[in-house]
Amino acid sequence: MADIQLNHVWKRYPDGFEAVKDMNLDVGDGEFMILVGPSGCGKSTALRMIAGLEEISEGELVIGGETVNELGPRERDIAMVFQNYALYPHMTVRENMGFALKLAKTPEEEINKKVEEAAQILDLKQHLDRKPANLSGGQRQRVAMGRAIVRDPKSFLMDEPLSNLDAKLRVQMRTEVARIQARLGTTTVYVTHDQTEAMTLGDRVAVMRAGVIQQVDTPRNLYDDPKNLFVAGFIGSPSMNFLPARLEGDTIKLPFGDVPLPDRLRQRIEGGAGTRDVIAGIRPEHFEDAQVAGEDHTGTRFKAKVAVVESMGSELYVYFDVQSGPAQSDHLTELAQDAGMEDLPSHGDDEGMQVVARLDPASRAHAGAEVELVLDTDEIKLFDPAGGQNLTEPAPVAA
Amino acid sequence: MEAASVPQTQAATRARTKTKGTKKEGTPWWLWLAVLGIVLFCLFPFYWMVNISLKTGPDLSGAALAPPNPTLKNYSSIFKNPDFTNGLRNSAIVAFTVTFLSLIFGSFAAYALARLKVKGKFWILAIVLSVSTFPPIAIAAPLFKLWTDIGLYDRPYGVGLIIPYLTFALPLTVYVLTSFFREIPKDLEEAALVDGATHFQAFYKVVIPLAAPGMATAAILTFIAAWNEFLFAITLTSSSDARTVPAAIAFFTGSVEHEVPLGTISAASVVISIPLILMVLFFQKRIVAGLTAGAVKG
Repeated sequence: MADIQLNHVWKRYPDGFEAVKDMNLDVGDGEFMILVGPSGCGKSTALRMIAGLEEISEGELVIGGETVNELGPRERDIAMVFQNYALYPHMTVRENMGFALKLAKTPEEEINKKVEEAAQILDLKQHLDRKPANLSGGQRQRVAMGRAIVRDPKSFLMDEPLSNLDAKLRVQMRTEVARIQARLGTTTVYVTHDQTEAMTLGDRVAVMRAGVIQQVDTPRNLYDDPKNLFVAGFIGSPSMNFLPARLEGDTIKLPFGDVPLPDRLRQRIEGGAGTRDVIAGIRPEHFEDAQVAGEDHTGTRFKAKVAVVESMGSELYVYFDVQSGPAQSDHLTELAQDAGMEDLPSHGDDEGMQVVARLDPASRAHAGAEVELVLDTDEIKLFDPAGGQNLTEPAPVAA
Repeated sequence: MEAASVPQTQAATRARTKTKGTKKEGTPWWLWLAVLGIVLFCLFPFYWMVNISLKTGPDLSGAALAPPNPTLKNYSSIFKNPDFTNGLRNSAIVAFTVTFLSLIFGSFAAYALARLKVKGKFWILAIVLSVSTFPPIAIAAPLFKLWTDIGLYDRPYGVGLIIPYLTFALPLTVYVLTSFFREIPKDLEEAALVDGATHFQAFYKVVIPLAAPGMATAAILTFIAAWNEFLFAITLTSSSDARTVPAAIAFFTGSVEHEVPLGTISAASVVISIPLILMVLFFQKRIVAGLTAGAVKG
């Protein structure tokens, strides 16, 4: 076990492409760190550099207090779980799991003991003498985990280990991974593009965009206080609504009405409020049906015409249109591209923007009807349209 | 777990019933007739060779489909002939050595071409392949001159033949193995590296076993080519100590002058076909399709 430090790490390819730019990351001993971001953001490259499968162009990688830039993968004492598992097809499950120990010339009995132990943890005992080809997807995934576990390495590196499983199994294995990591307490770096995995698994999450870490924080803080538009839009499902807005003194002019600027936000905005264009970010759960919320619920009330209602059973997703152009920012364009949505009609035409609200299932909202909504104004986030920074981010607490 | 494996078995059962279903419809009779015709056409010359090898004396000129007086005299006589037994020995030495060397060097070269970032990979492969298309007769004469000069001409045990044979064996091996190595997911090697293997260990513990079908194919083709090769064998040797079997057979003499020793030639041909047949049968088991199935997501 050991901590992992990346100090100003860069990855430049011969064609000049910079996959990872000036990455600084401290993964503490025993910590479960998630690297998350859209495809092509450099998260896998970063992981492969930690593994030693890619050369580090510039900067320093320290594992357990030792600079390992020049060491090959075999000298770094790390175990990796690959996206496609990369099981050796010509070996049985037992041989697959024991391969690393065999290479390390561990005595036969000890290999057997460790493999049996790992098989016990992963519920693979009855499959030890089968070949990977005869296993189901979930079993293969567990063999890949087992291969990492038996090594008892300094650190686990996982490259989207669950992305090849079907949805139900993925949720199940997610819990499994968290349980195993907690039990072994091994430093883990886990790469995923799935924000749900990132939020549920990690002690801390590093959100990456175009080779640059945007924010490293606990899932809770990422959700509550995103540093910029990109993080705000990437984390959370359904994602945050972004609306063009204008800050005029103590009022926020939103497409569906004016909202007084709450004191909490005013204090946070650096250099006072003033008058400026901003992008307002509102999470779907900060809307509520006025009838359900009751009279004592504070917040701004407004009426909206419901376009679509999606019932999830425990909650309702209500979509309504507001008359406004779309919020414009590089961050948002990139998010839309990643989700493959840049061509959707709700983005960029003049019919207005679609906003999603998460309502209590007791709400009577239905498509075509008008519903009165309450907006919890304390929870509005304001972003700078140019740079994308969160203007309402709390000042760092002085230690 | 249970839930995951059950649908698989069901699918397998379905697949099985499906094949059974198509089989029941039956292959049309004319297809069987065509198959029979082709098999006869291909195997008849071989049968005729066996037929002749069992005949002696005046029977040889007859056209009977079965030998009138079958005898193994030809077989016993060729094994008493030191030219033939030396030839067998030399052929075995040459063919095995060539196969072995071409697999070793070929797999190294193929791995480099398949995996490493080498500039002009395509052209290297193209040139390697074009070597094997040169007509052997074009280089036979210069090779004879060169081999005489450097003292490799007519070496005992056919040692002088190994290098010329490698010139056609290697391109083939490199070509077959390059495509096999390309098919092997790179992740497997990377997994081995992370597991603590050196590059070479990753190569021979993971890549080579997975390329076994390709290795077997290359080995068979190389062995057959080296075993049957005639032109270089006859050009670069002049004594029974150095000749391989195909060359040795060409020097068989009849009991009287100008008699073509048809019976013994046929017997010798049958004998030298046997190792090839055994070889193919032996490797057939190893050429298992889909060995890499299950390596990556299924």
